[in-house]
Amino acid sequence: MFKKIAIPIFALVLFGVFWEFLVWVNGWPNYKMASPSDLWPAFWKFRWLFLEYGWDTLWRTVVGLLLAVVVGVLIGMVMGFSRTMRDALYPLLVGFNAIPKATVVPIIALMFVGQHDFNTILIAFLISFFPIAVSVSIGLSTLEPEYRDILASLGASKLTIFWKIALPKTLPEFFGALKVAVTLAFIGTNLMEIVEPHGRGLGHLFDSGKISADYPLMFAVLIALAIMGIMLYYVVVALEKVFAGWAERSPT
Amino acid sequence: MPDHTWGDAWVSDKLIEIKGVKHAYQTGDGPLPVLDGLEMSVPEGGFCAVVGPSGCGKSTLTRLVAGLMKPDEGEVWLQGERVTGPKSTVGMAFQNPVLLEWRSILQNVMLPLEIVPTRMSKRDQEARARHLLTLVGLDGFEDKRPSELSGGMRQRASLCRSIVHKPDVLILDEPFGALDAFTREDLWQTMHKVKAEEPFTGVLITHDLRESIFLADQVIVLSGRPARTQYVMDVHLKGERDLDQLYTPESAEALNILRHQIKVAQGRAETDEAAA
Repeated sequence: MFKKIAIPIFALVLFGVFWEFLVWVNGWPNYKMASPSDLWPAFWKFRWLFLEYGWDTLWRTVVGLLLAVVVGVLIGMVMGFSRTMRDALYPLLVGFNAIPKATVVPIIALMFVGQHDFNTILIAFLISFFPIAVSVSIGLSTLEPEYRDILASLGASKLTIFWKIALPKTLPEFFGALKVAVTLAFIGTNLMEIVEPHGRGLGHLFDSGKISADYPLMFAVLIALAIMGIMLYYVVVALEKVFAGWAERSPT
Repeated sequence: MPDHTWGDAWVSDKLIEIKGVKHAYQTGDGPLPVLDGLEMSVPEGGFCAVVGPSGCGKSTLTRLVAGLMKPDEGEVWLQGERVTGPKSTVGMAFQNPVLLEWRSILQNVMLPLEIVPTRMSKRDQEARARHLLTLVGLDGFEDKRPSELSGGMRQRASLCRSIVHKPDVLILDEPFGALDAFTREDLWQTMHKVKAEEPFTGVLITHDLRESIFLADQVIVLSGRPARTQYVMDVHLKGERDLDQLYTPESAEALNILRHQIKVAQGRAETDEAAA
């Protein structure tokens, strides 16, 4: 247990030292590359803004992600159970996913002018539902027929089979996708906050750092985003342990 | 021949009765007939093995008896009732033990009791599942996960699950096909033990001729696709048997006949006389 915490912390410290050293040895000014020692003052100076905007970014990301889970699972179910629906929806989804979301941001911002929270959540959702839908549909459609048959031969309904077998069996795939989706949702939120700034969120703080040439602040925002990303990621890992821990094999 | 469709009256003592069943799958290149004039009947308490060349429609047969599919033509009867859909009086086990990884072995065995209406209390259900696990030699593994068990043990657990709701009919679709020879022979003996304590009427699909005469009272050889009943053999061994009985002259003769029938089914031998 001690090792499990000590090793990543040691790696982080080593990374910080190396970063500091690299900046120092090259003599880079902080507008080229800020060093870790520049970051703390930047954090401290804007600590209240970090808290306030960090909260904005966090809740929008989480709401967007929850929406992605609900819609992604529904689309995945439809595609997983019906071949026709899969054939019909798949090219649409792939095409939609291929569009760079940076190009969608101004369109959404125009469509729902002034609805900043809604716009941001929408982009976080749009960018993150795809892996969830795909993984759930694959999980359901690759269910071996025998799994269905053991219950179907007893006269169980489709809903019972879904609830008792298909759903739990798909959980490992679902959580795998959720880990990808959680970082994607962050990208979505910040994309909206940076490209269409509206005075809220860490993306806005990043943008103001750019405008006022406060490079350490920009770096500090990046670090803050990384920390939030790690936090959310491990929330997903904890949920996975609770609901799909059975899929993890003990090393033998 | 008695008319089975005549009202509710059941005039045959056969628990499983398959009459003139024909079935074809719809494929991109038109219909693919798999069963063509299948006849089969198993009396109550009987155990019938079905052998035949690969891909001749044996698994289709199990799905028909289980009511998971309807035949294009012909009739499947269980206990004097025509099969029109799945029934809770049927138990099934497959080559793949399909245990649910997120449940313990005990919970896996109890799964059918969550579907089938039962008058057993929760405690009795658990006691029954534990008893069956002991019967197949899995006592002490009740709380283990399926991934912690060997292939043979998983198959034993799967067997318990298929009979936990006291089905009248047990359908076994190559349940021992993926096991090594020694484990397989162990499980054959377990099957006899289970059948002595938990009587059922069984259909066993298998590729193993020794398995067929060791477990069943009757062996049915299906022809190549589309399958019809090609040959029926009453097994000379009765009741519980031990492995030595597989190495007697009578068993060797029975196996030779079956081997020849399989060759005929595969189209590698012409007629019955060719073997003589």
